[in-house]
Amino acid sequence: MTPRHRSIVWSFTRHSLLLCGAAFILLPFLWMISTASKPQTEIFTKSIHFIPHSFALWDNFATAFGKANLWRFLVNGVVVTVSIFLLQVLIALPAAYALAKLRFAGREVLFALVLFCILIPPQATAIPVFLLFHKLGILDSYAALIVPFTISAFGIFLMRQFFKTVPDDLIEAARMDGISEFGIVWRVMLPTAIPALTAFGIFSVVAHWNDYFWPLIVLNSEHLRTPPLGVASFRNEEAGTNYGPLMAAAIVIIAPLVVAFLLAQRRFIEGITLTGIK
Amino acid sequence: MAKIELNGVRKTFDQTAILKGIDLTIEDGEFIALIGPSGCGKSTLLRIIAGLEPQSSGEVRIDGVQVDGVRPSARNLAMVFQSYALYPHLSVFDNIAVPLRMRRHSALARMPLIGRLHPERGRTERGIREDVERVAAQLELAALLKRKPGQLSGGQRQRVAVGRAIVRQPVGFLFDEPLSNLDAKLRVHMRAELAQLHRQLKATFVYVTHDQAEAMTMSSRIAVMIEGNIVQIGTPAEVYENPRDIRVAEFVGSPKINAMPGVIREDRGLEVLGRQLRLNTTAAAGRCTVCVRPERMELGPGPGAIAGIVTHLEHLGAEAFIHVKVDRIDLPLLARVSPDQQLPEIGSAIQLGFSASAVRAFDATGKRIDVTAPARSERVREKALG
Repeated sequence: MTPRHRSIVWSFTRHSLLLCGAAFILLPFLWMISTASKPQTEIFTKSIHFIPHSFALWDNFATAFGKANLWRFLVNGVVVTVSIFLLQVLIALPAAYALAKLRFAGREVLFALVLFCILIPPQATAIPVFLLFHKLGILDSYAALIVPFTISAFGIFLMRQFFKTVPDDLIEAARMDGISEFGIVWRVMLPTAIPALTAFGIFSVVAHWNDYFWPLIVLNSEHLRTPPLGVASFRNEEAGTNYGPLMAAAIVIIAPLVVAFLLAQRRFIEGITLTGIK
Repeated sequence: MAKIELNGVRKTFDQTAILKGIDLTIEDGEFIALIGPSGCGKSTLLRIIAGLEPQSSGEVRIDGVQVDGVRPSARNLAMVFQSYALYPHLSVFDNIAVPLRMRRHSALARMPLIGRLHPERGRTERGIREDVERVAAQLELAALLKRKPGQLSGGQRQRVAVGRAIVRQPVGFLFDEPLSNLDAKLRVHMRAELAQLHRQLKATFVYVTHDQAEAMTMSSRIAVMIEGNIVQIGTPAEVYENPRDIRVAEFVGSPKINAMPGVIREDRGLEVLGRQLRLNTTAAAGRCTVCVRPERMELGPGPGAIAGIVTHLEHLGAEAFIHVKVDRIDLPLLARVSPDQQLPEIGSAIQLGFSASAVRAFDATGKRIDVTAPARSERVREKALG
């Protein structure tokens, strides 16, 4: 085989592998859109077809919005994820700055403890936290959804690693200019850390928008439900689950994430290139 | 304007002594250069003066006031960093305005958003704008005020860093190798600009560098630091002509001074490479080192000249250096000559000499020893060898 042939064969294999991977990831989404576009009678048929014979997407959306208060769920999702992210930043940035740039006794031990916290699965602390919130009487509220996630060990770790790369000169120049230590965090470190913060924002928002486990445990009231819980309300074991509207609702709740990710991804990549030039 | 005094300043990091007791008085309005090889503690000393690093013991006084424990910004010194340390997200204008804003606005007026509602803010901000524009005009930055540091060249960034330092009219300036990130041509240009700035501001300048050309050309005094000690302080000419220690002699001057093993005889006479020099000393007998600057080496035969082989030639246009390998010395001896004369071939045998006044001798511990020509010598310019 000539090298030219070999490169064509390799390129062919490579692309087929990538296509398989893409199909594996995208098929559930396509199936969701397809199901959301079908009337109830077409969903359970023997043959598999992606394109619905009669197009019922708008009917399913109407049913979905009529049956449950989808807007309310979306607003709940935004309130919870945005509050969590802002509070995480408020705590993680000063902590990361101290761990990366200030010299004090026990700094390495503290950092090791932060790393250790990343290893603890949230499920392990769920029951103690639940009991604590019960004692405090804040179960079934926004606070119950937000407070457990305000201290993000991962966020502290990520920002600390980024702050390590910020030159000490910059911080010392700020001190000479008379900026206080907290001022340095917000006026100097925060603006330079936008790329890392964007990356962390994506992780944080996606994780808490999609979280099903914790809201399911602490919530009873329908009006506080987050989007994944809201979709689950379409399941009905007695009358049979109505899959068309359920999938339509699923489209509605993942749409903000997809849009936000596409927008943030651009900034994300810009950020990475920016730091590369520096 | 400020007089800066250091008394017995020591600094240790994890039991490693970085500064071993520094005593230094920097006069008001003086331009002093701290030079030394990397790792000698010169940057640490500057950071201690700035207040960015606490000293382990000793005291720092600025205008007679002890400043230990005083915050860096309250010492009223400005610092220019090697990396310039400009705020990358702020425009040139905002970079220069930061120290003024931190000083003149109250904490409330500095708050984002609500600060704008503060009644005093507008008036203070107008004053800041005037001052920033005055400094920008002085440093020829007026056209660049809206740019971000990322869009500036190295020399422009350097000027912004200087602008940020001078705008609040501090009593003293600290420079930490400010020119080492610039290319050679720009460095020479900025050297002249900084010296000009010093004449204009008449403030105290403390300038840390490992580049002796910068120290020699700009400063009124040089402090040579080696291994955590100030070994010699003096005017550039003094330090170059009269090094008190062999480490100073070897560090100052490029290319390096020629060092030859010598002996002080019982009769106080000086010998180098087995040849007797027409020089006497009062120092005790023993081994010593005889040093001669490359420009004081003379080519050509003479009584007692040192013979060697030319190993390398460096022709620099305005001058040329001849490397000569001599028996019993590891490093070749260097002679600086004018390039209009016929340069010897590489590999050819050559003879070197030097006059008595060119000799700088150091004892076995590296301390300078005084040498005198015997009184009987009356020739105006006499060969030391022979």
